[in-house]
Amino acid sequence: MTQATNTTSEKTETPRRSLWRVEAAAPACLACLFAALPLATSLGADPFYLVIATRIMIFGLAALSLDLILGYGAMVSFGHAAFIGIGAYAAGIAASHGVSDLLLHVLFALAAAAAFALVTGLISLRTRGVYFIMITLAFGQMAYFLMVSLSAYGGDDGLTLQARSTLFGQAWLENDVFFYYVVLAILLLCFWFANCTLQARFGRVLRGTRDNAERMQAIGFEPLPYQLTAYVVAGTIAALAGVLLANQAEFVSPAYMTWQRSGELIMMVVVGGIGTLTGGILGAAIFLLLEEFLSAFSHHWKLGLGIILVLIVLHGKSGMHGILVDLFGKRDKR
Amino acid sequence: MTPPILRTEHLRKAFGALKVTDDVSLDLLPGELHAIIGPNGAGKTTLIHQLSGCQPADGGHILFDGQEITSLPMAKRARLGITRTFQITSLLKGFSVLENAALAVQARSGSSFRFFGRALDEHALNEEAKAALETVGIDNRADRLAGTLSHGEQRQLELAIALAAAPKVLLLDEPLAGTGHDESAALISLIDSLKQRFPILLIEHDMEAVFALADRVSVLVYGRIIASGTPSEVRADPEVRRAYLGDEAA
Repeated sequence: MTQATNTTSEKTETPRRSLWRVEAAAPACLACLFAALPLATSLGADPFYLVIATRIMIFGLAALSLDLILGYGAMVSFGHAAFIGIGAYAAGIAASHGVSDLLLHVLFALAAAAAFALVTGLISLRTRGVYFIMITLAFGQMAYFLMVSLSAYGGDDGLTLQARSTLFGQAWLENDVFFYYVVLAILLLCFWFANCTLQARFGRVLRGTRDNAERMQAIGFEPLPYQLTAYVVAGTIAALAGVLLANQAEFVSPAYMTWQRSGELIMMVVVGGIGTLTGGILGAAIFLLLEEFLSAFSHHWKLGLGIILVLIVLHGKSGMHGILVDLFGKRDKR
Repeated sequence: MTPPILRTEHLRKAFGALKVTDDVSLDLLPGELHAIIGPNGAGKTTLIHQLSGCQPADGGHILFDGQEITSLPMAKRARLGITRTFQITSLLKGFSVLENAALAVQARSGSSFRFFGRALDEHALNEEAKAALETVGIDNRADRLAGTLSHGEQRQLELAIALAAAPKVLLLDEPLAGTGHDESAALISLIDSLKQRFPILLIEHDMEAVFALADRVSVLVYGRIIASGTPSEVRADPEVRRAYLGDEAA
């Protein structure tokens, strides 16, 4: 245990080659696993797994977007679920007015989320630390209560979608396997984009500002434009997850936006491995699977969930991703 | 007489009742190394903080190249060419030595709102960063993480980052702080060579270094400049000897 913790904290000092290979292999393995899963269900496995896996990818996408600002920007947003809700409602409200095209839903969701992120980000980023957490929480709750009180769109009861979004006028998304692969494609695309961005000039400034804002200012980088851009990008990706969630559940509810949901997203990122991108997806998988299987045993399943989460986090600050890297990284070196 | 590149007029700053900068007017001429000396708590670092924009001044003016910059934020001043180093080493410890310097090059070469293309592979940035590392003599450490360098090497990197920023003025806040004898000798000769390239405002405790390097010395005591002149003039000033230099110079 001690040794394992050591390797995690000094991960950056050990020869990086072997670890890098694992870090690149982890998302590739995950992608293959997800891509192959519908095969298993078509061969007779319970189709329910397809539903679970779809939800894992959707929440993985939202957690990945949160990791972008939490893990790489040190911005602990406690209102990230609001963006999921904004995306979900963009699709739900558009559908209730007869607009059923997925691309339009995505467009509305991105625009609404970007506007909300721009305004709330500009205000929130004037604060630091615990105040940032509190102010993002407040904005998240404002969005939640707005939707609760909007009775035209279901208010507290939520909004049921008549059907899933259409693509080029076709109802292809009604097919669960097709929908599954759409979600997978979007997840992969966003992962690839986030990964590129973090390695690019922009990401380097964002990561530098996370590590030492004073140093970055001393060489000429203002934190705000970079942090705000990251906040907007993260918000729009989460809204994309929201559009998918609305389609998956064929239902939209203010409950998507509660602070508990935001807390769960943070938990997913932390458990999966903060600042790793892959970690968000791993965290979503752990969280949703535990929720599914533990709740079958007992109403008090959250106690079991808590214990398992504590064990993973105790292992080191890079969560499940860190555990995997330790396991396979070592084997690689031998 | 050439106009000063950096100049303060009646600069004031107080923390509560404590005046840390008390009506300070000083200037830095092109091609000059101007050293600020003074006992602990005299307000030297606070002065650098105000010049670099790290802390706001309470009153007075700061002019850079004749332009008023008193209320500009630190990053803007840095982009104008006012580059500082920190007394307490301030590095990106999880980044490689090369990236620490390359980021300073990136800050002044084109937009950083680029979302594609690995910054690590940008040849032009890396070459300029390497040149800065070479100047301070740590190019053999380029691939190490900044946090794993020895204290002396971190002080050198602090300087390399400043050089990579292509300064018009260098503000050095105790560059020799905490370095051993050999390391400080190397740093002194390095600063001596930089003198030819940039005007430098130097804060330093090491008197040997100050009198070896400075063209002009100002003495700051309790936030006030009590004397200013060539090193030999300042050394001979009776008030300075009483207030600060004491037995050391006698």
